[in-house]
Amino acid sequence: MPRHVVASVDEIAPGTCTIVSVAGREIGVFNVNRAFYALINRCPHEGAPLCRGRILGRFESDHPGEYRLTRQGEMLRCPWHGWEFDIKTGQSWCHPDSVKARTYQVTVVDGETLAKGPFVAETVSVTVERNYIVVEL
Amino acid sequence: MNVTVLDRQPDTETQSQLGFVDCDVHPYTKSSADLDPFLSERWREHRRTIGARSRSPFSNAPNYPRMSPGTGMRMDSWPEDGSHPGSDLGLMRAQLLDAFGVAYGMMMPLLGRGGDERNVEFGAALCAAANDWQAAAWCDPEPRLKASVQITTEYTEAAIKEIEKRAGDRRFTQVMIPPRGLEPLGRRRYWPILEACAANGFPIALHLGGTSGHPSTGGGWPSFYHEEHPSYPQSKEALVTSLVIEGVFEHIPSLRVVLVEGGFAWLPSLSWRLDKHYKRLRAEVPHLKQLPSEYIRDHIWVSTQPIEEPERPQDLLATFEWIGWDRIMFSTDYPHWDQDDPRYAIKVPIPEVERQKLFRGNAMAFYGLD
Amino acid sequence: MAVPAAGAIDCDIHPALPGTHVLVPFLDEYWRAHVLMRGLDRDDYGLAAVPANAPINVRPDWNPAKANAGTDPDLLRQQALDGFKTRFAICNVLHGAQAILSEDLSAAFCRAINDWVVAEYLDRDPRLRASIVVPMHSAELAAKEIERKAEDERFVQVLVLEMGELPLGRRQHWPIYRAAERHDLPIGIHAGSSFRHPPTNLGWPTYYLEDYVSWSTGFAGVLNSLISEGVFVEFPRLKVVLMESGVTWLPAWMWRANKTWRGIRAEVPWLEKSPADYAREHVRLTVQPFDGPPRADQLQRLLEEIDCDEMLLFATDYPHWHYDGADALPDGLSADLTRKILVDNALKTYPRLSS
Repeated sequence: MPRHVVASVDEIAPGTCTIVSVAGREIGVFNVNRAFYALINRCPHEGAPLCRGRILGRFESDHPGEYRLTRQGEMLRCPWHGWEFDIKTGQSWCHPDSVKARTYQVTVVDGETLAKGPFVAETVSVTVERNYIVVEL
Repeated sequence: MNVTVLDRQPDTETQSQLGFVDCDVHPYTKSSADLDPFLSERWREHRRTIGARSRSPFSNAPNYPRMSPGTGMRMDSWPEDGSHPGSDLGLMRAQLLDAFGVAYGMMMPLLGRGGDERNVEFGAALCAAANDWQAAAWCDPEPRLKASVQITTEYTEAAIKEIEKRAGDRRFTQVMIPPRGLEPLGRRRYWPILEACAANGFPIALHLGGTSGHPSTGGGWPSFYHEEHPSYPQSKEALVTSLVIEGVFEHIPSLRVVLVEGGFAWLPSLSWRLDKHYKRLRAEVPHLKQLPSEYIRDHIWVSTQPIEEPERPQDLLATFEWIGWDRIMFSTDYPHWDQDDPRYAIKVPIPEVERQKLFRGNAMAFYGLD
Repeated sequence: MAVPAAGAIDCDIHPALPGTHVLVPFLDEYWRAHVLMRGLDRDDYGLAAVPANAPINVRPDWNPAKANAGTDPDLLRQQALDGFKTRFAICNVLHGAQAILSEDLSAAFCRAINDWVVAEYLDRDPRLRASIVVPMHSAELAAKEIERKAEDERFVQVLVLEMGELPLGRRQHWPIYRAAERHDLPIGIHAGSSFRHPPTNLGWPTYYLEDYVSWSTGFAGVLNSLISEGVFVEFPRLKVVLMESGVTWLPAWMWRANKTWRGIRAEVPWLEKSPADYAREHVRLTVQPFDGPPRADQLQRLLEEIDCDEMLLFATDYPHWHYDGADALPDGLSADLTRKILVDNALKTYPRLSS
């Protein structure tokens, strides 16, 4: 599987998403508490730019009138119809088994290892002193 | 917003040039003062001091708060300068008109709210201003956009005057009637207005919304937007029922109606229900000369958004077939949160002839755009 | 299609009060004196939502010569029970007592109705069952009446009207559902209105035909409320039965409710599954009237869209007029579904029928 270097780790701050273009597709790379995840920037519902949505927690409840916010920063709400997705797995809230946003394997690799190859770095110049986010298509 | 797009590679996705007619586009003002150039000083002053007064608890907020900012806008449609989605023609072109090669967009302004205004003179002034604003700020610089004549149904003389004023102006292709008036729209008190629409060659568009002061359901006010949003089809059902059973179509045979943003899956079963119970109660309504479903077939069109999403996508085709392929017109509802993307909204393949009708042909004929 | 065999369970028949005066013997001493003083026994509290003599409410051959339809117990037993060879029939008394604005007076009349139903109907025929008529605008008093009548196992359901002052899911109603769930009583929600509000969200229509058609629309609002408010989360054993709704509006409601939930779920985070799935588990519908499509293939598709054979319950809706003769079922139902509609689904919905 081709491995694409998309950014250095300090380019994507915790709690944010950066949209990168990889081999012709737009992918959102998320920093969730210093771990990285990647989702296709297209909502499985109607093709919205999913990764431009709001990063949130889980609004949960066991009981009408009681409210609980959990897993802050781990959910993505589509900017159009508001469908909620687990950033880590791509699963939609409402149909976790059948409706998912495509996810991509992400690893953090240091510059020195990367310098030995093989990788695709279209516009990211790799230096051995930094760490990089690598997305596998 | 915590998203950045690093400009590493241009977007290579090709935009499909569809050439469709979008039957529901929402322009917005950048500020409430945008209508001032089209209002007399009296009404400018009134707007600044007393302001809008509708039959709802809040001056400026909707009864049911939405799930995204700006009263429910899609989150990627905010212009750079922070003004309201839909208020920037450039962005509307980029995200809708040019993006999809839209042939025409039918504007349905949800501002001014002249139709809801309790001070009917102010309401009439707001409607006239909204009409002038549509023409000047939108139609003139962008001829693909068409305007809807705003009127207030609770001030008959002003409404008829406004309809007659815009008749013959090809920038205006329909009259937009507030769906939630004080009484169901088929009631006799509204007939002069409906007659004026037909006499002046305008179909009527019944978009959702409005604040009649009646609860959103026949059983009282719901708690949640989760209930309010699906109450719009309930309004449409009552509208169709009222127009048909009151005999509006018998009285005004040339009147054509498009139902906008109310869905449409409810229409077949409503028609079956109307026909069935009409047969038992026909003595109550001797003015009807046809079955209710026949009036519906002859006079009612529907727009597609929000597209119905059956659990089995192919059931959508059966619904389209029942309503009639010549009666359905595509709409996006740009820039609202529940808008539909023309490329992905319909999840079942449609034969090419029907596709052309749904996306273009029906609307071209309905609005006289040829 | 005629009912094919004996032993069906009729989930909606309407015995009617000949007049308010019949309730007087069933009022306690205080209320009897009060009602007689005010002459309320001479008032007609028939529901405006159900005009007694409208053609749709009176099948001609079920119309007694000199009285309103449904007022003659012998005729009811002969026509509804013997006529359809039913095993049980559930009496739903539609009466303005539920709509009276004074809660205490409403409760007094409802108590009297329930005791009247026992004496005039339940005690006279072992096939008859009934819904507890409750003062639906006072949850506290309604719960009290449920507790009082639940002891009599022949009461198998709690009756409310579809449209009241607040949507039925609102928390103000929850004492009713708590009491009902405790006694394994479904909530029977009947078409109609106490007219605290116009029946449509556009205001008051002109014609009774419009009001009648609006009942199906109103049930969509009922389900949106019950589900959104989390009634089935709070009361997981509760079932509701929608009566005289028309049925065929259901799939369109399911699609729209599910679509709404996918985007607006976070406003009602206690929902664990889709609205349609809550409906399939907790909601039942009587099949009278059945606003059927013109073609058999359309009916087949509709049933597939509902995708739950457990939802439909047989009813004659005696003495209302939705069909002629014994033609009380839509054509084209499979034998398996027919049996479920006629018997099995009712036994599962009303546990008291089996005891």
